[in-house]
Amino acid sequence: MRVNVTVNGEQLQADDVWAGESLLYMLRERLGLPGSKNACEQGECGSCTVYLDGVPVCSCLVAAPQAEGREVRTVEGLADGEELDPVQQAFVDKGAVQCGFCTPGLIVAAHDLIERTERPTDAQIREALAGNLCRCTGYEKILDAVRLAAARKAGAV
Amino acid sequence: MSAPARSPQDLRSDISGGIGDSPLRPDGFLKVRGEFAYSSDLWLENMVWGTTLRSPHPYARIVSIDYAEALAQPGVYTILTYKDVPGENVYGLKFQDTPVLAEDVVRYQGEPVAIVAADHPETARRARQKIKVCYEVLDPIIDAERAAHDQTLPKLHPGGNLVRHQRIIKGDPEATAPVVVSGVYEIGMQDQAFLGPESGLAIPDEDGGVHLYLATQWLHVDQRQTAKALGLPLDKVKLTMSGVGGAFGGREDLSMQIHACMLALRTNRPVKMVYDREESFFGHVHRHPAKMYYEHGADTDGNLIYVRARLYFDGGAYASKTPVVVGNGTTLGVGPYNVPNAKIEGWGVYTNNPPCGAMRGLGAVQPTYAYESQMDKLAAALGMDPAELRIRNAMSEGSTTVTGQVVDFPAPVAELVQRVRDIPLPEPHASGDILNLPGGASNTTHGEGVVRGIGYGVTIKNISYAEGLDDYSTARVRLEVIAGEPVVTVHTAAAEVGQGLVTVQQQIARTELGVQRVTILANDTEVGDAGSSSASRQTYVTGGAVRNACVAVRERLLDLADTRFGMHIDDISPAAMVEILGDEVIEETREYHHRPTSPLDPETGQGNAHVQYAFSAHRAVVDVDLDLGLVKVVQLDCTQDVGKAINPDAVAGQIHGGSAQGLGLAVMEEIQVSNGKVRNPSFTDYLIPTILDMPPMNVDVIERPDPHSPYGVRGVGEPPTISATPAIANAIRDATGLELPRVPIRPEHITGTS
Repeated sequence: MRVNVTVNGEQLQADDVWAGESLLYMLRERLGLPGSKNACEQGECGSCTVYLDGVPVCSCLVAAPQAEGREVRTVEGLADGEELDPVQQAFVDKGAVQCGFCTPGLIVAAHDLIERTERPTDAQIREALAGNLCRCTGYEKILDAVRLAAARKAGAV
Repeated sequence: MSAPARSPQDLRSDISGGIGDSPLRPDGFLKVRGEFAYSSDLWLENMVWGTTLRSPHPYARIVSIDYAEALAQPGVYTILTYKDVPGENVYGLKFQDTPVLAEDVVRYQGEPVAIVAADHPETARRARQKIKVCYEVLDPIIDAERAAHDQTLPKLHPGGNLVRHQRIIKGDPEATAPVVVSGVYEIGMQDQAFLGPESGLAIPDEDGGVHLYLATQWLHVDQRQTAKALGLPLDKVKLTMSGVGGAFGGREDLSMQIHACMLALRTNRPVKMVYDREESFFGHVHRHPAKMYYEHGADTDGNLIYVRARLYFDGGAYASKTPVVVGNGTTLGVGPYNVPNAKIEGWGVYTNNPPCGAMRGLGAVQPTYAYESQMDKLAAALGMDPAELRIRNAMSEGSTTVTGQVVDFPAPVAELVQRVRDIPLPEPHASGDILNLPGGASNTTHGEGVVRGIGYGVTIKNISYAEGLDDYSTARVRLEVIAGEPVVTVHTAAAEVGQGLVTVQQQIARTELGVQRVTILANDTEVGDAGSSSASRQTYVTGGAVRNACVAVRERLLDLADTRFGMHIDDISPAAMVEILGDEVIEETREYHHRPTSPLDPETGQGNAHVQYAFSAHRAVVDVDLDLGLVKVVQLDCTQDVGKAINPDAVAGQIHGGSAQGLGLAVMEEIQVSNGKVRNPSFTDYLIPTILDMPPMNVDVIERPDPHSPYGVRGVGEPPTISATPAIANAIRDATGLELPRVPIRPEHITGTS
């Protein structure tokens, strides 16, 4: 089938989509956007997190045809050209990236958190990111990065 | 054929920072933008998808395979079995014992039997379901200790079921002591659980060869094994590293490499293979489960007199790194302590359980958990403080290990324990947010029934390959002027798996050559062997190789200054470099070999088996809900000697991440195997720590340089994974008073309801 979807502000069309395909597969294999990651494909790890009509979802749990006529924003759609989003920049600056496979999903989840909560507490950060698994960092530097991104966004640093 | 779209990409070359600084990762920018090309992101216009049919049985004879109906499905390009393996149908890291595709027998659940190429992953999966394999199911061998001794069991391999037995004798193996403690300890099967699944893209070459883009820990060993199975010379099998989504030992053995190449060569199309999470659990080796019998004897002051231990490691169906696990497990079996008398025996065996091989802390995780449990038990028997007992017996520079090796470099074990003990403790009990209590958001307690405990864990881990192996590394370094600026290019085959080796290579080149712009090329097999990104060895050996190549480049630059300009100098500014070099390109390739080691004596286990040791100490603070058996790790602190921190921030990152994996093993991570079958091959049922499970950490890094290593470095990556587990287990024992002889510790072990 054909799926029409707006991704990162661009109207896109995917053809020959099998109805059982996930949004994640369509993004990665049909629309040339492999930034969202395929770590578990069962909604446990959060690596595939994208915005669907402004709400973060595991794109592996959304059937591709369900995205018909809707707006998707992926990790590739966060930076403004060469300028990184504050969350992306903070992950780089604080060493919150090692292998980086969890990073795209964590960045979307953290982006959503600080959009909703101006200066989240550590408990709020942990709660918001509890659905994103990271195997490399032990999360310490991810916490550092989210604190920094929130502070920068609020103009505190 | 062309290179894949989204092939490995240029890393940033314009970051500053030399040795001892903490510059940003050159791949970080791509990674946060979602533009870093991992091995599962590769794509070519006409590619097809490969998938694997695996055995549902732990042990069975294959009677017949019929794939006619599957092959007739629309969109299916080919189906291959063992008959189609072009070269030798066998591979392996240590023993050549693993079939590429099973022939007459399957030895574990998940063993590959056939491979399919189709136009869509779902087409391939559906075709796979239509392959009819007739099995004669056999009783699996599942008990490692029995497999070591019971000669009446079926032989899973021609040589029997014993992979390696090693005995180590020091002093009087039958020594006696006034204070004796003993225990039997078990450790469950842990998974590396790297997030990036096994994946890659194989592209047939016009010359009959194949080019494989993949994620691995060691390109050259993959190349050798793949070429042999394909029946091709090495130069017809090119390997290029793509982005690696974590490794932790789980990418040492082959997974999809040979399969993807076979399908590509047969279909003459690019073939992409990507495991899903369930297949990943079956597609790589795990950490060896172990059963360990320990007895410690001490005098009444707490000085160790002897240690006797028997260690059984379950290697599962194929050998993988089992011989090394036995070597490490026995040689490191008494821990970082002075022990005058010891008798340590280790067995590694074949069973029909999932194959086990390398995982971070190889062979040291198991005995460390056991001997650190024993140290607490001994402290209790002596009425001593557990930290004090460790300090009293700590090895130091000049100590002799149980294999007779004299430690001729700093070994600040006592200092590590003192320092971790001195880190301030958290507030007596968590108040306010229930997220800080056992059970967390489940709202199972507001503090009632919760008790606190404190525990220590200390470890010793060998760095680099051992027992006589020369696991060298190679680096090619080029210096030239580009756009009026000196530029260094570093090319190695050393796998960047997330640890930050690319950053370290840039730092070394900047410091050695005084050049700011350093480009790191993608790892491939067009440059010499670098060995594996394993055994905490790459900063040591590849760091050494990059240093050596830089020194050689610098010598040629100075010669050039002399011959061209008559300049006799030993320091050249970047501006002068531009003048001196002109159009000249200086390129040098150098190796680094660590100092030699020797094999162990087969009877006594004596020998200088190890290149270097690394040490870390953890202190864990836990709250335990005694009613429900739930554990909250409140604080986890670590001290580690890293010799020289080339990149202090990256060192801290290794300690954080390693400690999290050790926490996982202590309280949640286990591949549960029943009668040879895996019960939990998913992230729903195999739990790894989340950000709610990991407590805040205090990390205290000390630097006592090793005079034998480049820059004094000591391997960093593994020790924190090892010492975290017993620290947490000992803290839970401290809180509960229970013996808890097995990890992971589950709620029912605490409540007594198992």
